[in-house]
Amino acid sequence: MSTETPSQVSGSGKSQSHRAWRDFKAHRLALAGFIIVAFVTLVGVLTLVDDTLLDSAIITTLYYSPTEPIFIPLEGPSAAHPFGTDSLGRDVLARTIYGAKVSIQVALTAVLVAAALGSPLGVIAGYAGGRIETVLMRIVDVLLGFPALVLAIGLVAALGFSLTNVIIALGIVYVPQFARIARSAALSVSSEEYVDAAKALGYSKRHIVFREVLPNCLSPLLVQASLLMAFAIIAEASLSFLGLGVQPPTPTWGQMVSSGSGYLTTAPWISVFPGIAIFLTVLGFNLVGDGLRDALDPRESAERRF
Amino acid sequence: MDHRTPIFIDRASLFLSNNELARGTRWQRTATDLPRPSRMNQLRYATLRVLQTIPVLFGVSIVVFVIIHSAPGDPIVNMLGIEATEENVARLRQQYGLNQPLYIQYGYWIGDVLQGNLGRSLTQNRTVLSLIASRLPATLFLAVASMVVAMVIAIPAGIVSAVRKGTAGDYTVTVGALTGISIPNFWLGLILILLFARTWGILPPGNYVSPLANPVAALEHVLLPAITVGTAFAALIARQTRSSMLDNLNQDYIRMAKSKGLPNRTIFVRHALKQSLLPVITVVGLQFGYLLSATVVVEQVFAWPGMGRLIWLAVRQQDYPTVQGTVLVVAALFVLVNLLVDLTYSYLDPRVNA
Repeated sequence: MSTETPSQVSGSGKSQSHRAWRDFKAHRLALAGFIIVAFVTLVGVLTLVDDTLLDSAIITTLYYSPTEPIFIPLEGPSAAHPFGTDSLGRDVLARTIYGAKVSIQVALTAVLVAAALGSPLGVIAGYAGGRIETVLMRIVDVLLGFPALVLAIGLVAALGFSLTNVIIALGIVYVPQFARIARSAALSVSSEEYVDAAKALGYSKRHIVFREVLPNCLSPLLVQASLLMAFAIIAEASLSFLGLGVQPPTPTWGQMVSSGSGYLTTAPWISVFPGIAIFLTVLGFNLVGDGLRDALDPRESAERRF
Repeated sequence: MDHRTPIFIDRASLFLSNNELARGTRWQRTATDLPRPSRMNQLRYATLRVLQTIPVLFGVSIVVFVIIHSAPGDPIVNMLGIEATEENVARLRQQYGLNQPLYIQYGYWIGDVLQGNLGRSLTQNRTVLSLIASRLPATLFLAVASMVVAMVIAIPAGIVSAVRKGTAGDYTVTVGALTGISIPNFWLGLILILLFARTWGILPPGNYVSPLANPVAALEHVLLPAITVGTAFAALIARQTRSSMLDNLNQDYIRMAKSKGLPNRTIFVRHALKQSLLPVITVVGLQFGYLLSATVVVEQVFAWPGMGRLIWLAVRQQDYPTVQGTVLVVAALFVLVNLLVDLTYSYLDPRVNA
C-alpha cells in the first residue's frame, strides 16, 4: 500500500534528488506506520479471538490473566511484570495487550459502519445533484453541527454504555466525514468521459452510481478511513476514560489511564503504558493515512509538484 | 442552492470550501484573477449564509430531542419512584404532555427552548439554563486560552517549516505536528500534571480561577489545561500554516518580489505571511468544534468546572434535561461560531461571495 508513489514530473537534477529524498522520507514514515498498525491489529484480532472463543485461555497460559487480581498491587515494573501491576494487583502488560481488542474492534467497526452509510450517501448526492443533493447534504450539515465527541457522548447517554453502543455512536458521528469526501469525489468523477460513455450506453442510474462512480471515488475514501481510524481510537479511549464507554471488567486503554490517574505519583506506570499504546496506535494510523494520501490523492500530489 | 458552507474542516480537506472540493482545485491566490465583487454580493452571501444556519439549528434541535427521547427509562416513573400508582403516573404524564404525539411534544419543547427555558435539572434544584450559565465562562476561558497557546506555538513553527522546507527544522516541525495530533489529550494532561505540578511543583494542576477575580492566578491555573487542549490544535495550525505559506511562496508575485531583489525577510513577512494567515485564521475558527470536544475530556482531568464536566455529570446521573440542554447549547454555539468565521472570512476575502 505504501509502496506506490505518485508519478513525478521530471525536473532539474537538484530538485529531483530533493524529491527522491522527500519521497523516501515519506515512505519510511508510512512504512513505520504500517508496521505499527499491522502489529496492533494483529494483537487486537488475536485477543478478540482469545476473549470471545477461548475465554482468555491463550493469554492466561502464555502470560497472565488481564482481569484476575492475583498479584501484589501497585508493584513497579520488574522482570516478572514489565509494565508493573495496577491498584487491584493485575498485570498492566496483560491488560495493555487486551486493551488492543476493544480499540481495534471499536475503531474498525465504527469506521466501516460510517463508510458503509456515508459513502453511498455522498456519492448519490454528488452524482444526483439538485434537490436530492441539497436534502442529503443538509442532513450531513446537521450532524456536523455537533462537536464530534459531544454527539458521541449524547448518543451513548441515550443508548447505554456498551461496546455495541460505542460502535453505533462513533459510526453515526463519522458518517458526515465519508459523505462529504464521497460527494466531492463523485462530483469530479461524474464529469469524466467514462461516466458519459456509460450514460450513452444506456446503463441504469444505479449501475452508473455504484459500478462507475463509487469505485472511482475509493482512494480519497480510503485515505479518510485511515485518518478516521486514528480519530476513532482516540474517541473510544476518551469515552472509556470518561467512564462512558466499554465497562469493566473488559480492559480498555482509556479505562486503564483513568484508573491509574489516582496513583499518578506513586504508581505512574498504570496510566503511562496504556497511554503510550494509544499514542503509538494513533500515530501509526496517522502515518499510514498521510502516506496513502501522498500516494493516492491526486489533488494533494498535484499541489506537491509545484 | 449551491452547497458552499465549509461547516467542518477535516484534515484531508483543510481550507477547501465545498466549492473547491467539488472542483478538486485549490484557489490560487493571485491578486488580480477575479474582479472584486460588489457590496451587494457580500450582503447577499451573508444573508444566504445566515438563512442556511436556521435549518441546521432546527435539525440539530430535532436530533437532540430524538436522542434524549430514545433514552431508556420513563421520566415520570423516575420522578415518582417505582411504587407510584398508575393513576398518578397517568396524571403527571397528562400534565407534562408526555401522552401527546412526539412531534407535538417537540413543538412544546422547542417553544420553551426559544423562550430560554431549557427545563429543570433532575438532580440539582436549578434550571438547566442557570447551570449552563454558571459553567460556560470556564469552558470559554479554557477554549480561548488553548487557542492562544496553540497559535503562539504553531504559527512560528509553521512559518519556519515552510521557509526552511526540507531542512532538519522542517522535519522537526512535521514530526512534532504528527506527535501532537496522535497524543490522547487526557493522557497528556495527566503527564503534565505529574511533571509540572506533582514532581517539579512549578504550576498548579488546573483548578479554575475566574480571570475576572484574579487575572494572574487565572492565567497560571489555565496554563496546563490550555497546553493539553492546545497541543493537537497546534499541530493542525502548524500544518495549515506550512502548507498555505508554501502555496504562497510559489506564487508569481513572490517570484516577482524575488526578482526585484527584495530581501527574503521582507518577502516572507510582508507578502507571503500576510496572505497565508487568512486560511490559518479560518482553520482556527472552524476547528472550534474540536476545542469543544477536547475540553469535555480535559476538564475531567483538571477538575475544570465547565460545560464538559456538566455534560459528564449529567450523563452519569441520567439527568436527561441537563444532557439535552447542554448538548443543544454546545452544538448551537458551534454552529454560530462557524457562521461567524464564514462571515468574517467572506468579509476579509470577498472572492468567497463570487
